[in-house]
Amino acid sequence: MSELTNLTIADARDKLKSKDITSSELTEAFLSNIEAANASINAYVAVTADKAREMAKASDEKLSKREGGALEGIPLGIKDLFATQGVHTQACSHILDGFKPRYESTVTANLWADGAVMLGKLNMDEFAMGSSNETSYYGNVINPWRKSGSNEGLVPGGSSGGSAAAVAARMCMGATATDTGGSIRQPAALTGTVGIKPTYGRCSRWGTIAFASSLDQAGPITQTVRDSAILLKSMASVDAKDTTSVDIEVPDYEAAIGKSVKGLKIGIPAEYRVDGMSEEVDALWQKGIQWLKDAGAEIVDITLPHTKYALPAYYIVAPAEASSNLARYDGVRYGLRVPGKDIADMYERTRAEGFGEEVRRRILTGTYVLSAGYYDAYYLKAQKVRSLIKRDFDLAWANGVDAILTPATPSAAFAIGDKEMHSDPVKMYLQDVFTVTVNMAGLPGISVPAGLSSDGLPLGLQLIGKPFDESTLFQLGSVIEEAAGSFEPTAWWG
Amino acid sequence: MSVDTATVKRVAGLARIKIDDAQAERMTGELNAILGFVEQLDEVDVSGVEPLTSVVEQTMKKRADGVTDGGKADDITANAPMSEDNFFMVPKVVE
Repeated sequence: MSELTNLTIADARDKLKSKDITSSELTEAFLSNIEAANASINAYVAVTADKAREMAKASDEKLSKREGGALEGIPLGIKDLFATQGVHTQACSHILDGFKPRYESTVTANLWADGAVMLGKLNMDEFAMGSSNETSYYGNVINPWRKSGSNEGLVPGGSSGGSAAAVAARMCMGATATDTGGSIRQPAALTGTVGIKPTYGRCSRWGTIAFASSLDQAGPITQTVRDSAILLKSMASVDAKDTTSVDIEVPDYEAAIGKSVKGLKIGIPAEYRVDGMSEEVDALWQKGIQWLKDAGAEIVDITLPHTKYALPAYYIVAPAEASSNLARYDGVRYGLRVPGKDIADMYERTRAEGFGEEVRRRILTGTYVLSAGYYDAYYLKAQKVRSLIKRDFDLAWANGVDAILTPATPSAAFAIGDKEMHSDPVKMYLQDVFTVTVNMAGLPGISVPAGLSSDGLPLGLQLIGKPFDESTLFQLGSVIEEAAGSFEPTAWWG
Repeated sequence: MSVDTATVKRVAGLARIKIDDAQAERMTGELNAILGFVEQLDEVDVSGVEPLTSVVEQTMKKRADGVTDGGKADDITANAPMSEDNFFMVPKVVE
């Protein structure tokens, strides 16, 4: 690992501006890290080395003239869910074989407009459905972290497992990711990286392959809280192409970092002390409370009584929306086509072969809950429960709470092929128990690395904020980061 | 509520996903596990509660009624498994 690849985005930005380094050098350093590590980590499903070199060269020209955007020359990895023009875009599914969009997603277009360099496309759970990156058509991503003294392969979390692993193993400076039920925050927690899911409507969903449209949000995964603030500033925008994009100007998130948190009111929800939560996670939570208290924040106990219903409601809403969104994959307009005896047979064979097991499971669940006679009992009921979940949070904000502190995940990274997780799909779904409420209510949430388990694996804390108050999350997140320190895996790869 | 294998096969038909008997059998168990899990929602009293339709209060955006995009037939058919003269090709659907 060269020194260049250890730089944060903030440091690299300064060094590029002062011409201490060039984007071409930086990009080469990351390309060689990818070359060395990808066979072991499997974070990238497509490396766009030529494109990266071209973009870096163009950035260097701009930088030499003291021009360029906020991310000029910064090499990034892009989750395979974002449409990138002429480049592999398959949501890591077999059904999108060979798909190369003729357009660019708004989020990635924003990054390139600000001067960022694309290193390639990152592995993920198929169509973002999963919490372990084991459902990808392109194989498992391996967590750069291992238990102390063990060679056992661990999952990086999911669905943005490639994004999180690539950042942790220094195979990019930062990565785009998406979060429908925890897909940014859970992998960030399991890899010792920072990840933020912004408020629903903050990042445009245009050109991002849809999973569950009322929950999907894009956000960054990075090494530090400041880097997340920098990346989110560029990713977020108001976009006429997405009607759910909200007309609020994107603030300078970085300005919030370092501001005193004195007097901020932090809610601690009793309902997040769930059965099966490890003692270590609970202890870490108490530590987090103490850190914020030491920094001058006021800690208050709050109640979010509908917390336990978020996950079951999610497993109606998300599959229902997915079954509708994924209806478009029929072997006609793009991707895989498996011939059949007639058109219906072609559809059925294409979808049977093109979708993996977890995706088929969710489509069937969604089709069932939306089928005639069940809509009211399932989808409508779940959407009503969602209103109650949101109301719980609204009451907390109305009582003067500025942000809420919770654990990010119930446990540290688990083994690839974990038997318990695979014998019962609901067990895997419980990985998202702390994160999914935030999607259901549309709120912003950040996961910040806060410590190591007794096995030496990273654990994260989550801060939940008011709608469009990402700045407060960065402000508080950096306090936790400063108190906890940063965590890096010991390189065993390449 | 729980499902039987016949229901799973019917739902797979609706979803246009081919499944064999063994898969239908397995899916029945898995689907019932998920349906059992979501049954907890029966405990919640939702009388008088409006369903959440938007997480942020915003009136639906409108724009002027005008052509903003188009003329991209080549782009649209570029990724099709089979196309001819900017048409998507599918197996014969009418006799």
